This record gives sequence, structure tokens and C-alpha cells, in this order.
Amino acid sequence: NKWTQSVSNIFSDDPVTDDFWDELEESLILGDVGVDTTEELITELKRIMVERRITKRGELKAEFAGLLVSRLEAVPKMGAPLDLSAKPSVIIMIGVNGSGKTTTSGKLASQLKGEGKRVIMAAADTFRAAAIEQLKAWGGRAGVRVVAQAPESDPAAVVYDSIMAAKASGADVIIADTAGRLHTKSNLMEELSKIARVIKREIPEGPAEVLIVLDAVTGQNGFIQAETFAKAMPVTGVVLTKFDNTSKGGIVIAIADRLKMPIRYVGLGEGVDDLQLFEPKTFVETLLDVRDAE
Amino acid sequence: MFDSLKERFENIFANLRGKGKLTEEDINIALREVRRALLEADVNFKVVKDVVEAIRTRATGRQVVESVTPSQLIFTIVYEELVRIMGDAPVPLAVSPKPPTVYMMVGLQGSGKTTTSVKIARRMLKGHKPLVVACDLRRPAAVDQLRVLAEKAGVPFFGPEPGERDAVAVAKKSRAFAESRLCDLIILDTAGRLQLDDELMCELEEMKSASEPTEILLVVDSMTGQEAVNVADAFNKRLGLTGVVLTKLDGDARGGPALAVRAAAGVPIKLAGCGEKTEDLELFDARRMAQRIIGMGDMEGLIEKV
Ligand SMILES: Nc1nc2c(ncn2[C@@H]2O[C@H](COP(=O)(O)OP(=O)(O)OP(=O)(O)O)[C@@H](O)[C@H]2O)c(=O)[nH]1
Ligand SMILES: Nc1nc2c(ncn2[C@@H]2O[C@H](COP(=O)(O)OP(=O)(O)OP(=O)(O)O)[C@@H](O)[C@H]2O)c(=O)[nH]1
Ligand SMILES: [Mg+2]
Ligand SMILES: [Mg+2]
Repeated sequence: NKWTQSVSNIFSDDPVTDDFWDELEESLILGDVGVDTTEELITELKRIMVERRITKRGELKAEFAGLLVSRLEAVPKMGAPLDLSAKPSVIIMIGVNGSGKTTTSGKLASQLKGEGKRVIMAAADTFRAAAIEQLKAWGGRAGVRVVAQAPESDPAAVVYDSIMAAKASGADVIIADTAGRLHTKSNLMEELSKIARVIKREIPEGPAEVLIVLDAVTGQNGFIQAETFAKAMPVTGVVLTKFDNTSKGGIVIAIADRLKMPIRYVGLGEGVDDLQLFEPKTFVETLLDVRDAE
Repeated sequence: MFDSLKERFENIFANLRGKGKLTEEDINIALREVRRALLEADVNFKVVKDVVEAIRTRATGRQVVESVTPSQLIFTIVYEELVRIMGDAPVPLAVSPKPPTVYMMVGLQGSGKTTTSVKIARRMLKGHKPLVVACDLRRPAAVDQLRVLAEKAGVPFFGPEPGERDAVAVAKKSRAFAESRLCDLIILDTAGRLQLDDELMCELEEMKSASEPTEILLVVDSMTGQEAVNVADAFNKRLGLTGVVLTKLDGDARGGPALAVRAAAGVPIKLAGCGEKTEDLELFDARRMAQRIIGMGDMEGLIEKV
């Protein structure tokens, strides 16, 4: 591709020159890491270079990958499985329009069911056309019951119903799919706060997990999204979807580094099994377009 | 988090007097900020490079007139360059002289194709009889979604028979249906796909040759980052796009992809989606978009002075 340069060339056997730093900067920015975070990372790598007396580009490869991985891993719960010790545990999917909430709900339901959990999904997107049918189709695929009401009904009431259903049937996990919303719309953000309050009334510890679902293709706006959603609900992690795209999802580095939000899962396709726990090392290798970075 | 370019400029140039020639040093400092602001607005890296060089050429040696500050001068140049890249005048949707007119909506998953299909149909109700066609047979409930939206908007709908799996066949059949209902405009909603998915891109190529669309519109989410260029480039190479629709502009994304898709595919951005409702569609306005990208209002007044 004429736009993206092959990053593996960056870490060649040549000596480190100014060009090296320019090329590294370009690859990080093209990966959506963002200017500020990119500059910080480069300053840090320069420091390491001086400290370890490194002169060849190739020797910086492992150092840089290590630097990124350690920054990611410094965030508690990075890549950690969901904490579903409460019974029932409520997982809420939130995020902007079209990011992959409903699909991720379905994949997760199937995965948790496969682990022997009794799962219920709550169709709390009562707004978007056929969102309920879409979740029901996923319920069918996963073999999981979907609690729903009519379109346009109160999403908090649907979540309430699902908690009652879970308590009555002894289910372990509730996955609530919510409507996509732009973080700039305060009335819609308030709707999320209301859902959180309803859950807290029934389950004092509140939702077990609040996952913000982010499209890997998202640019710098992703940072503001994560920050704003966290104000409406206590976000416990990020799901990076559509990672099967060539986009690098670099915005999650800024989200992890500055907002201290852990990335928990990545979506790798539209199939029911295309969901994996986040692995910092694999992510960094994809971002830098390098394989086997030691 | 992101200061607008205007605030940054005001800080940099706070101590500079608004007279005489711009020095090379002034320009360098200003361009560093321009570069940063554009990157933070998700303008593609390569596009930013080109824009910055174009601005450098235009700003070098420029006399600063009495009534404006150096900051205002460079600012105006930035604005004009952005507008120039995005295309000055709005370009309307084409209508075939020989009906039916066919529009094909393509793009990545979740970008807004289904919603925009109905938005366009609704907009074209004046003067046309549009039909929306569900050619996404893959995503669960995608057909239902289009049907519900169409019903609400009062737009005729055509979808697959139960069990139908061939999207191209649905597109073909929609022609006879449109004829029988006297519809002169067919809008094909297709499944979301990644630009690197060869099999699904082939499906679009087949649909194109089967239905001879008047417009092939790429639907792009305005929150997209650096990848927008690759998406536009790949869809354009495979299909030959005629236009772009930029969606979800009701949020606070700066909208850098507007520059990127234009630079990569060379086709005009025709429409802007600005809400979830089917009436939330506007003509794309390059001037407003440029103001949004650099984060300030009323440039036109300033341009007069410069
Ligand atoms: N390739 C790919 N596509 C995905 C992935 N996750 C979701 N999608 C697709 O992205 C599109 C949007 O997904 P949805 O699950 O409907 O997104 P949503 O966030 O529920 O959307 P709204 O409810 O409209 O806000 C669909 O076409 C999905 O099939 C993924 O990991 N990879
Ligand atoms: N706020 C806002 N939301 C929009 C806009 N356009 C579409 N959406 C929303 O974005 C989400 C995805 O829109 P769809 O029309 O389903 O997108 P799509 O490209 O057809 O998605 P797939 O068929 O899954 O690939 C839905 O929640 C829409 O309501 C817009 O201009 N503004
Ligand atoms: Mg959904
Ligand atoms: Mg669709």
C-alpha cells in the first residue's frame, strides 16, 4: 500500500539516525496512537537508547516493544477475564453507534455459555430499528435467552426485567446490550446513568463489568468517547472490535496510558467465535507491523 | 483535550506584532502547530505533509497587512487550503437520464449504510419515487432494520425471499419490482465489509455489473482515524466510487477523514449524516467542514481582510 510504509524496515541493522525517529513517529501516528502519546513514547525510547548505549535500529525493536507492553500491562486488569463472581453478574455494553455492541454481546454470551455459565441477554437497545431482532438472532446462535420488551420502551425497565428473570431462574450472568449513542448527547448519557441506578438498587455492588466497545478504526475521538462514557458509568474495560481490519487501534494506547482503562477483549470478525481476550504482546506486534518482537 | 488551532496560534503569536513580512521562523513555528492540530483532527499523515508544504509555499514572504495579525494570515491560508482539497462547491447526487437511477451504498461495518439509504430515499421523495432494497443478507436482522426504517419514512421497500442467500440476485430482482411500482430510483443497501475481504468485494463488483449504478457511494464514519485513506482507496480501486457520505457528524469528531477520502479517492463528498433519524441528512459543505477541522467559526469575514 502506498500510504503505509512497512514498519519492519524501520528496525533494520542500520544505525539510528534522525530518519529513524521520523519513521517511527509516522508509523505510530498512522496507527492512530495520537501525537501526544507518540511524542512521549519516542522521548522515552530515546532515553532508553542513551542509557543502554544502543546504536543500531534493530536493537531498539525489542526495547520499544517491551516499553509499549510494559505501559499496557501497568494498567490493572489489562487483558484480564471478566470478573463474574457475583450472582447474577451484570455486564453492560456501551459505546457510540455502530461500534459492535450487539455483536460482541452475542459472541460473549456464546463464550460464557461454553464455559458452563447460565447466561441471559437483555435487549436494552429499544431505540434502533430492529435492534431487538438482531440481539434475538444472536441469542438463537448462542442458545441464550433474550429478555426484551416492545420497541421504544424504557431500557432501564428491560434491564430490571432481566435481573428479575436471572434471580428467578438462577442465571449467573446478564449481558445488557444498549443503544449506540454519541457521548456528546447528554440526555442519552443520562439514560445510561439511570440504567446504572436501577442495577444498583437490585444488586448493591452494581454492574460487574461495564465494557466500552470501540471500533479499531476509530481515531482520536475514541479518547474523548472513553473519557465521557466513564463519567456516566464506571467503565471497567474496553473491547476493541473489528481488529480484523488493517487498522491498528492505536488509540487504545492513549486510552490505557492516560485514562488507565484496561483493554479486555478484541473482536476479530463477525462470527460467533471471533472474540478473544486482549493480549498486549500480540497487539503491539500488530501495531508496529513486526512479528516475533522478542 | 484538544485546543483549537486558533487558541494555539493566539498563544504562539501573542508577542508578535502584526506588521512586516512573516519570517521563516514565524512560519516554522506556526506550521508545527498546524501539523499537530490536523493530526489530532485525524487528517491522514501524508495529507498533512502535503497541506503543510502547500501552506509554507503560500505563506513564505507574504506581507502582513495592517488590519490582520500574522496568526490570522496563516490561519486564513490553512482554511483556504483545506477548502480547496475538499472541493469548493457542493456536488449533488446524479440522476440517470434513463430511469431507473440506481445508487449503491458501500462501506465498512457499522458506518451507517442502512440508515443513510433511507435518509437519501426520504430526501429524494421530492420529485422521485424511490425504492430501498435490502442486499445485506449476512448481518442478523439487517433486512428488518431497513424495512422498519423504510416503513417509518414512507418509502417503498424490497427485500429477499425467505432463505435467499444471493445479494446480487436480490439487486437484480429489485429492478422488475421497481418497474411494477413505478419507482424511478433504486437504492441498494449492502452488507458492511472490510476493504481487504476479497470475497465480499467481489460480490460488490458483481452487483455493480448487474445493476449499473448511477452512483456508488462510500459511507464513511466521521470518527474514523488514519485508516480512512486505505478504505477509500481500496473501495475506489475495486468499484470506482462516485461519491462519499460522511456520517455521525452530530458528534464532536473533528472530521479529518473528509480530507483523507477526498485526497485518496478523488471523489466528492456529497452528503453529511448528522443524526440517527432519517431526516438527519445535509449537503456536504466544505467550508463548514474546514472550520470544524481547525476548530473555529466565521472564516469568511477574515478572508475579506486578508
Ligand atoms: N469485521 C468485523 N465486524 C464486526 C466486528 N464486530 C462487529 N462487527 C460488525 O459491525 C457492524 C456493527 O455491529 P453491531 O454489533 O450492530 O454494532 P452496535 O454497536 O450494536 O451498533 P448500534 O446498536 O447501531 O449502535 C455489524 O455489521 C457487525 O457485524 C468485528 O470484530 N469484526
Ligand atoms: N448519531 C448518528 N448515528 C448514526 C448516523 N448514521 C447512522 N447512525 C447510527 O449508526 C449505527 C450504524 O448505522 P447503520 O445504518 O446500521 O450502519 P451500517 O453501515 O448499515 O451497518 P452494517 O450494516 O452493520 O455494516 C446505527 O446505530 C445508526 O443509528 C448519524 O449520522 N449520526
Ligand atoms: Mg446494537
Ligand atoms: Mg446495514
